[in-house]
Amino acid sequence: MALLEMNHIRKHFGGLEVIKDISLKVNEGEILSIIGPSGSGKSTMLRCATMLETIDSGEIIYNGERVAWVEPDGKKVYPKGAKMKEVGSLFGLVFQNFNLFPHYSVMKNITDPPIHNQKRGRDEVFAEARQLLKKMGLEDKENAYPCQLSGGQCQRVAIARALALNPKILFFDEPTSALDPELTGEVLKVIKSLADLHIAMVIVTHEMNFAREISDHIIFMDQGVVAVEGSAHDVFNADHARMQAFLGKLQH
Amino acid sequence: MSVIFYGGTMRFSVMLQQLGGGMLKSMSIFALTLLFALPLGLFVSFGRMSKNKILQGAMKVYISIMRGTPLMLQLLAVYFGPYYLFGANIGGGYRFTAIIIAFSINYAAYFAEIYRSGIESMSPGQYEAARLLGYSKSSTFLKIIFPQVIKRILPSMTNEVITLIKDTSLAFSLAYAEMFTIAKQIAAKETNFMPFLVAALFYYVFNALVAFLMERLEKSMSYYT
Ligand SMILES: Nc1ncnc2c1ncn2[C@@H]1O[C@H](COP(=O)(O)OP(=O)(O)O)[C@@H](O)[C@H]1O
Ligand SMILES: [Mg+2]
Repeated sequence: MALLEMNHIRKHFGGLEVIKDISLKVNEGEILSIIGPSGSGKSTMLRCATMLETIDSGEIIYNGERVAWVEPDGKKVYPKGAKMKEVGSLFGLVFQNFNLFPHYSVMKNITDPPIHNQKRGRDEVFAEARQLLKKMGLEDKENAYPCQLSGGQCQRVAIARALALNPKILFFDEPTSALDPELTGEVLKVIKSLADLHIAMVIVTHEMNFAREISDHIIFMDQGVVAVEGSAHDVFNADHARMQAFLGKLQH
Repeated sequence: MSVIFYGGTMRFSVMLQQLGGGMLKSMSIFALTLLFALPLGLFVSFGRMSKNKILQGAMKVYISIMRGTPLMLQLLAVYFGPYYLFGANIGGGYRFTAIIIAFSINYAAYFAEIYRSGIESMSPGQYEAARLLGYSKSSTFLKIIFPQVIKRILPSMTNEVITLIKDTSLAFSLAYAEMFTIAKQIAAKETNFMPFLVAALFYYVFNALVAFLMERLEKSMSYYT
């Protein structure tokens, strides 16, 4: 069973149609990469999946249950209250610019949401957070504040913070685009190491080698539609002019 | 010594005592105004930023009146308004209440604009991250947004608070016996300038104390940027 299904999604901002009837599917533990030129609607797609934006038509299905859809008369149906909490706990999002809470220490950034929003035990949450920090290579940073960290370290904290809520699927929106080139490697390495946690990942990225290595499935988006999709091998070798142009541009 | 410089007939210690009493009253205007205006200003800023156009418009008008007319006039309006509008009996007991009301609604308007600038300067990413991490709307504001807003607005708040200390002297317009009123009375009776100097010193020391405390508060939040 698919963990996430998005069917016939449309989204527009004012007169601009940004997502034009896109469908995608992510199975448990699967890794999907979304590539494509800037402005093609990749972020908007992630924001629809994480309900930061509402869809204008289509449906979103998590764990086999339809959680958000648009009625034929245009009425948007979204979960509320306890139901939204339940659905929201299935997914996490890692932002391009981290969005850590600057007034919280690294440890508090990671532990406050599980303790206060999931009502989990303090000791258990702290123990798990320490393990996560170790996995991120940040075991000596638990008392630091985000402003004392490099961009790469901030992004690793943000990943740990998202993981601490035990999501089934984690979305990444260009997790290395705000970083200096020499810091992207450490973050990509950490993301690769998550594969053995068996959580599903949807990754928007411009790092083509990374996408090629890590992905079970790749989507090339262009102007609001899925232009090419398939395995890494199929996508990168597809005979699609705009995609080859896109790949060519990245190499220079 | 002081008696030599102070040529009045009233003993210097008596004058200090009277001015000290006025000082306490000035300080209570100051403290009560902050107590009411700080939270009130926050609610006004919510109204000002509300999606409800009527509420938003009403707060805009309120803020512009409070900031666009002299506080002294507002004091007179709050004190005499009930009498002229409803023929209400305004006893001496109402004087202090009127002062606190006028100061609070005036300062709330200034504070509201400061809160608003701070809240609007927060990046949407903080709200979005909080939402994804399961924070409710109220805990997002209380735990994530507001503490950062306070840090950002503290310098402007310090300015307003220091202005408030000096503004307490406007209560003299309702003949309330705060420090400035008393200084004026003694100076007139004794035909001597000394009470004003002492009053100035009081205000200055009070200001310095408040500035020092605000600086401490700013320092306590300087562990992050
Ligand atoms: N909140 C918004 N309001 C208006 N236009 C938007 C908004 N968000 C995105 N867009 C527009 O939608 C298009 C797709 O944006 P986005 O999803 O961010 O693309 P990508 O992530 O692929 O670069 C762009 O043209 C962008 O300007
Ligand atoms: Mg984007």
